[in-house]
Amino acid sequence: MLVEQIAVFLENKSGRLAEITAVLAENNINIRALSVADTADFGILRLIVDKVEEAKTVLKENGFTVGKTTVIAVEVADKTGGLANVLKCIHNANINVEYMYAFVNKTGENAVLIFRFEKMEEAITALKKDGFTILTREQICEL
Amino acid sequence: MSVIYWEEEMETLPRVGLESIQLRRLQHLVARVYRTVEPYRRKMDAAGVKPDDIKTLADLTRLPFTVKKDLRDNYPFGLFTVPLEEVVRVHASSGTTGKPTVVGYTANDIKTWSNVMARALCCAGATKGDMVHNAYGYGLFTGGLGAHYGIERLGATVIPVSGGNSKRQINIMKDFGSTVLLSTPSYALNLAEAMDSMDIDPKSLSLRVGIFGAEPWSENMREEVERKLNLKATDIYGLSEVMGPGVAQECLHTTRGMHIFEDHFLPEIIDPETGEVLPPGEKGELVFTTLTKEAFPIIRYRTKDISRLYYEPCECGRTLVRMEKVTGRTDDMLIIRGVNVFPSQVEHVLMGVDGVEPHYQIVVDREGNLDTMQVQVEVSEGVFSDEIRVLENLTKYIQTEIKDLLGVTCRVKLVEPKTIQRSEGKAQRVIDKRKI
Repeated sequence: MLVEQIAVFLENKSGRLAEITAVLAENNINIRALSVADTADFGILRLIVDKVEEAKTVLKENGFTVGKTTVIAVEVADKTGGLANVLKCIHNANINVEYMYAFVNKTGENAVLIFRFEKMEEAITALKKDGFTILTREQICEL
Repeated sequence: MSVIYWEEEMETLPRVGLESIQLRRLQHLVARVYRTVEPYRRKMDAAGVKPDDIKTLADLTRLPFTVKKDLRDNYPFGLFTVPLEEVVRVHASSGTTGKPTVVGYTANDIKTWSNVMARALCCAGATKGDMVHNAYGYGLFTGGLGAHYGIERLGATVIPVSGGNSKRQINIMKDFGSTVLLSTPSYALNLAEAMDSMDIDPKSLSLRVGIFGAEPWSENMREEVERKLNLKATDIYGLSEVMGPGVAQECLHTTRGMHIFEDHFLPEIIDPETGEVLPPGEKGELVFTTLTKEAFPIIRYRTKDISRLYYEPCECGRTLVRMEKVTGRTDDMLIIRGVNVFPSQVEHVLMGVDGVEPHYQIVVDREGNLDTMQVQVEVSEGVFSDEIRVLENLTKYIQTEIKDLLGVTCRVKLVEPKTIQRSEGKAQRVIDKRKI
């Protein structure tokens, strides 16, 4: 149920994001979803890719600091209130969201919400109980 | 210009007379230190020198040097020559690996210190009629209290305002009619800026002279301070290991060096590489031997400050040798807003944080009038997280630890791995962008 995500440390200087994406492209790694969180001094790039281990290795070889964490991907209908329903469920279970980002799939019918929660296992239980669709990494890559 | 002396006889003594006093005091000092302080005795024995071998001032060179490490090795009170009952005060400054350097004073030492500080004030033209604004920090640092006692000894009025809260300081200057200002030169510029923001014309104040020290400053900075504060800016020198402020002071007749109060502090200039004493006028490392201190005398202390000595007579009539404004250091010590900082202290903090790699760089700059210190730390996998909060907590933690240990506020910047330059041999830990 948990999806592996890689995170890359980015110093705030021009061209770094371009370098990362170039490295991934050269190695034929496809980015399925990404987000950048930034502060005045640095940023963190979070990526969901088709080949996790390979991505981690090539980025490291190119001098980046790379970490691997897990996130939860929830699929909802791309309709008003889709995200609100998920957050209501999480709030009712008394769980905090560390961060989240989202993308819409190719057909445009569904949206995929990527979450990092404070309590991952409890979040899965709560989401399942309320009947939400949780995607695996393979499913995301196939979208 | 009429010259005011505090102790005219000693300050204008012909050099022959001065040297005979120095020799007598040196002989007493060496005998007493040899008798009472085991670490000194051990070092002298190892060097094969006995107190009786000191027959002339030139024999001083036979004595071993004392270095900061000796103070650290004997922390806290191991180099004191009197029982603690006789010590009436201690001061401390930050050490290179976390342990501070501790110095102590007997009641007589405080008297001596007050006297040399009163001499320094007179040297700068202060009299008992002055209202002296003492903005050196009060506390373990010798600046505040050292100057304070000297001002009282002179009989002037001291305003023990200490550092910080510039607007209040300016209101006090205005309302109390401060005539003499004591502070670090960078803080003086800070006060000038605050005056400007309060729309106060320095000409409307009563400031006449400033006594600035505890950090390196240039002639350009002197001009700036003089112009912005409408006063005469003079330079003072001192260090806690030797006494504190009042070791040497510039007179109003020259900007070519500060008079060293040589009947108390015997200076030498050495080649920092070989330890050889250099001829008068040559540039090298300044070394001091205290001649009259009781609780914590020090023999041939290597200050690591680079200076030179001028023995030519001064127009003010003082026969005391002058030391050139300190132009640099023989080690990597930085002075940030008056606080001594060694890169090794920063390293010590970083090494105490799990997962932090020993690659760092310190960037020092001056923004406006204040020194800034940025510590760049490489983000290794050990400390990296996908959560901003975790990385921000890390920088905050390092900042707090550095503030606690060094007493200096810095900014921690996380950088990508391998971005800090690796050099062959000694890494370049410090980039000092200040123009001093």
